[in-house]
Amino acid sequence: MSDLLAGSVLGDRCNELSGSSVLIATADQLFAAAALIELDGVARRMVLCPPDLAAEYLPSIAKSAEADAIVSDRIMNGPGTAGVRSFIHCDGKIVPKGYRSSACCETEWVLLTSGTTGVPKLVVHTLASLTGAIDTAEPRNGGVIWSTFYDIRRYGGLQIFLRAMLTGSSMLLSSAKRSTADFLAQAGTHGVTHISGTPSHWRRALMSSSAHLIALEYVRLSGEIADQGILNHLSQVYPKARIDHAFATTEAGVAFVVNDLTSGFPASVLTRTPGVEMKVENGSLRIRSARTASRYLDEEHGPLKDADGFVDTTDMLDLRNERYHFVGRRDGVINVGGLKVHPEEVEEVINRHPEVRMSLVRTKKNPITGALVVADVVLRSVPKLESQGDRQIQQDILLLCREQLASHKVPATINFVAALAVAESGKLIRRHA
Amino acid sequence: MNARTEIITQFKQVAQEQDLLLAPLTDELELLNSGLDSLSIAIIVARLEDSLGIDPFTASEDTQFPVTFGDFVNLYEHVAK
Repeated sequence: MSDLLAGSVLGDRCNELSGSSVLIATADQLFAAAALIELDGVARRMVLCPPDLAAEYLPSIAKSAEADAIVSDRIMNGPGTAGVRSFIHCDGKIVPKGYRSSACCETEWVLLTSGTTGVPKLVVHTLASLTGAIDTAEPRNGGVIWSTFYDIRRYGGLQIFLRAMLTGSSMLLSSAKRSTADFLAQAGTHGVTHISGTPSHWRRALMSSSAHLIALEYVRLSGEIADQGILNHLSQVYPKARIDHAFATTEAGVAFVVNDLTSGFPASVLTRTPGVEMKVENGSLRIRSARTASRYLDEEHGPLKDADGFVDTTDMLDLRNERYHFVGRRDGVINVGGLKVHPEEVEEVINRHPEVRMSLVRTKKNPITGALVVADVVLRSVPKLESQGDRQIQQDILLLCREQLASHKVPATINFVAALAVAESGKLIRRHA
Repeated sequence: MNARTEIITQFKQVAQEQDLLLAPLTDELELLNSGLDSLSIAIIVARLEDSLGIDPFTASEDTQFPVTFGDFVNLYEHVAK
């Protein structure tokens, strides 16, 4: 980490970016990490593009972010980078920093999260809001080695990266190219002690024989509902580890952490979490703290907070025996292994099929990814039970979805139904949770 | 319906749909080395729930996650009994 703090991937071009808005769109996590450190305080704005960001969204992101420059380790000749005056190619060498950086301002750190239409929403944070939950007064135990299944360009991964930075710990970065089994084996070899990930990341890890090779002291879950099954299983495999499940979202920041190995959280958490105010209103959890994002960059996404400064997580809660349990999202957003799916986006694709009259995309609970996407479809002609023609339509719809959507958004099953309930407002009735 | 046969069918079907190369299905094969990602395994579990009528993972909170293909089949055969 200290090499990273003293190093440079941008070289003498860093000062060129003083006061600029910069898209950081590298394939490699380490280069992104180095660029973030280098540009914080120098650039006016940094947009953290995750590696799986579809190239087609880059022009609209560049426009919304009023980007002046793109830092990347890839060759980019995509269209629409209009307005971007410089392209900085980082070739992967991290060299000693040979210049004095010219500090300009408090840099905006912009994170991407998925939106209804597929175009990512741009969420504005600062280093202060991102690090609000990190206790730098924690004893600097030299033995701590962090890792995370998340990419550090996502909120969950960025938390761990910043935590390692600020507490002076080491960190092992995962790579999309490396399999989970390889990653775990490597974590074992490097003596990783602390790992974070979503329950889905952990379920996958526990399916590997390598999971047993690591002597973990700390297991952290976030990004999805941690059910009792995964908590039980983790405590069996890592009996000596402290196991925390945290509630955090890109917009609301880190709200709280629970470590009683029980799913849900005690009702008292709402009133007894220092630095974070929480309330349940119309069934959903609302959060106000210094760790929330300040706004969406695109005003069309509406205000991120209400008039009192609370962020509505739209996560619906159910109180049972003095414990709150998450029961789904008000807006029907489906969380597939930590990745958000807006039903409308999938329905729009399904409805393009000429035989489809209407469709409803909903969530189905799943023990591996927490949830999956399934679709109820009304055809223009009445479906005959198990007929060959309908099976063909099913396959055609799936093909259409696979062409247009990321794989986690493609329905796992398509059911033909006779009708869908429509409210008086003319909108589909969505039953959540 | 024979659980193993149905499981093999679904593994092949989903691998094909996801455009993933499936390793030969032996009992010793580790699921993480099968060529399938989490999403594919999640889809297989959902489809098996439809076709076999069981989901051994949610049947108990203490279900151990299967490591090998053989473990996976056992889980279903055990619950099916």
